[in-house]
Amino acid sequence: MLARIRNKVLNGRRLSADDALRLFESSDIFSIGSLAAYANGKKNGKKAFFVRNRHINPTNICINRCKFCAFSRSPGQEGAYELTVDEIIAKLRPYCGGKGRLPGITEAHIVGGLHPEWDFGRYLGIISAIRRHFPGLHIKAFTAVEIDHFSRISGLGLEGTLKALKKAGLGTMPGGGAEIFASGVRAELCPEKISGARWIEVMEAAHGVGIRTNATMLYGHIESHEDRVDHLMRLREMQDRTGGFQAFIPLAYHPKNTRIQGGYTSGIDDLRTIAVSRLVLDNFDHIKAYWIMLGEKISQLSLCFGADDIDGTIIEEKITRSAGGLTAGHLTADQLAHLIRKAGKTPVERDSFYRKVRVYG
Amino acid sequence: MADRGKKGRRIAKKEAVAMLRKADLLELGQAADDLRSRLHPEGIVTFVVDRNINYTNVCINRCAFCAFWRREDASDAYILEEAELFRKIDETIALGGTQILIQGGLHPRLGIDYYVRLLSSIKGRYDINIHGFSPPEICYIADTSDITIRETLAILKNAGLDSVPGGGAEILSDRVREIVSPRKIRSSRWLRVMEEAHGLGMRTTATMMFGSIETPEDIVEHLDAVRELQDSTGGFTAFIPWSFQPGNTELGKGGRGSGTGGRTKKAGPRPPGPESPYGATAVEYLRVLALSRIYLDNIQNVQASWVTQGLKLAQVALRFGANDFGSTMIEENVVASTGVSYRVSMEDIINSIRAAGFAPCQRDTVYRIIRRY
Ligand code: SF4
Ligand code: SF4
Repeated sequence: MLARIRNKVLNGRRLSADDALRLFESSDIFSIGSLAAYANGKKNGKKAFFVRNRHINPTNICINRCKFCAFSRSPGQEGAYELTVDEIIAKLRPYCGGKGRLPGITEAHIVGGLHPEWDFGRYLGIISAIRRHFPGLHIKAFTAVEIDHFSRISGLGLEGTLKALKKAGLGTMPGGGAEIFASGVRAELCPEKISGARWIEVMEAAHGVGIRTNATMLYGHIESHEDRVDHLMRLREMQDRTGGFQAFIPLAYHPKNTRIQGGYTSGIDDLRTIAVSRLVLDNFDHIKAYWIMLGEKISQLSLCFGADDIDGTIIEEKITRSAGGLTAGHLTADQLAHLIRKAGKTPVERDSFYRKVRVYG
Repeated sequence: MADRGKKGRRIAKKEAVAMLRKADLLELGQAADDLRSRLHPEGIVTFVVDRNINYTNVCINRCAFCAFWRREDASDAYILEEAELFRKIDETIALGGTQILIQGGLHPRLGIDYYVRLLSSIKGRYDINIHGFSPPEICYIADTSDITIRETLAILKNAGLDSVPGGGAEILSDRVREIVSPRKIRSSRWLRVMEEAHGLGMRTTATMMFGSIETPEDIVEHLDAVRELQDSTGGFTAFIPWSFQPGNTELGKGGRGSGTGGRTKKAGPRPPGPESPYGATAVEYLRVLALSRIYLDNIQNVQASWVTQGLKLAQVALRFGANDFGSTMIEENVVASTGVSYRVSMEDIINSIRAAGFAPCQRDTVYRIIRRY
């Protein structure tokens, strides 16, 4: 049944939406996995990547309060917090040089809530302070949802907002907030959030001003396989236009502490989704199996199913953990390298643009 | 490789070692999956509802990294009271349980009489299957009571023991055991207990704990010893490979936390830790699992270990040769005290099996289906 698809992949031809759907519906995870591994091998050889990073979530107070978000709080609610710029700098400092300090990081990953009272200057201030204190540290910050919010509170428009952030020191953007583009599902899953079309618009604008980004897909909630395919197709189209995406990251839905019921995705679905993504998104260089979401076990296995990146050391991650994540808060570089090696790949520590920092033998 | 499985030709040790070393993970998986679906064409995945009852936490072995053992004079040392035991069994039956797994530490003052009383008090009251005492415990009972293994098993069986868990097998290679668990019974003794049990008509499981310092050759040695014994007795119901989890208590715990431990040697120097501080990764677990399914052509069932691997990987394991999800673990004293425990309800297990594409069924100790969901 998959013979035609196999032929296409082996001949480097693009898969159709129909093909993608067929792959999602197939239980032949071995054929799909090995095809995806083949496709990945053509792009990345035996290399598999990780990065030394630290997550900072400046505030969990958010005007959106999306149903599936276990992280956000309303102002004054128990557990609500906001970090000052000084606190953020203090969180980064131990990882950014100095004698006797903790193992270093190369990237700060910053995302958080849409605070009802913070003005754009406050967000901008976070970026420029980090730039000032740690000039060598790459700043990857703000999802399309946040950028959309900033563009409205700053009065600078999308492009002006993005340019201001870039000037302040923002290097790249993560791919969050994409969820599932299909409007029906989105209306139920996260009506509070920007539309799929707007997400794409923000990302196009970012790519337009020279900010590279990632893309995500949240799966395993109420979406259909058709919705997943639609999502991938829209990303592929956009990537054809801009070429600005670095990695695609399928995010397995975590049901705990959220207001959308449902179970965890199956490990089999996780692996198949990674593999199908690799096969369909032929214009993305990297497929990331984000270990904090998938758990380190499935994440490692993903490297045999088409993924080439397992993200990073991720010191302190609050968003997934609030939603009953299955994993510890961080892994050391050596642990990540070990997982990669045991999957039969060569561990390569990368920077934020997938340039080699160090190969772990 | 897949062909080999299809033709039903038995694979040799050398082939198995080569597969474990070099075969592509997905090819191994495919071959194991084909075999699994040939042996279990109905697409059923089974589990047992049982409770682990630890009759004592006093253990002469005092493994350095075991959080469970106590000295006899410790304030929280215990031998399970009968009332408590009965309460646990009542609860088990109320929850639909069909089996209790009875294991404990190696208590210096509990002779065979204690065990006979324990078993017959349960059987006098309940119609429940007693799966109990892994080989290290059997050996310890035999030694302290100064009777043979066969006599011990016969007495226990007579008192109500139905089947024996395969814990304490670790890796059946004395080279590895000398290093990893020097106080534990040797391979030949483990196999001997199983052989005698089978001879008396008792069914048992077999386990393997890998991910410490063993080589692929050691793993294949283990599989081969189990396959050979199964050829002659046919008494193994299932094979349960699981990987050493650092942060877990003791290298030497049998599958599902059998109180195990060696017997004769005094507590010597602390055994060295495993070579890798990380234990076996998911990829290694699946490789060994798949190879086990392929190699053990005479064992009907292979169990996925969700307790040590987590539910998601256990689901994947169902496509890498496993057809059974083990126990729902109403209670697990030993594992729970280590932090490895995944708090999973029966509901989660049923849902997980279904989400992996299989029909969940409750089974009894000898893998007969009791209930479909
Ligand atoms: S998902 Fe993002 S936008 Fe939605 S409530 Fe959570 S933090 Fe706010
Ligand atoms: S692990 Fe088993 S043998 Fe070792 S001390 Fe604990 S109960 Fe005794």
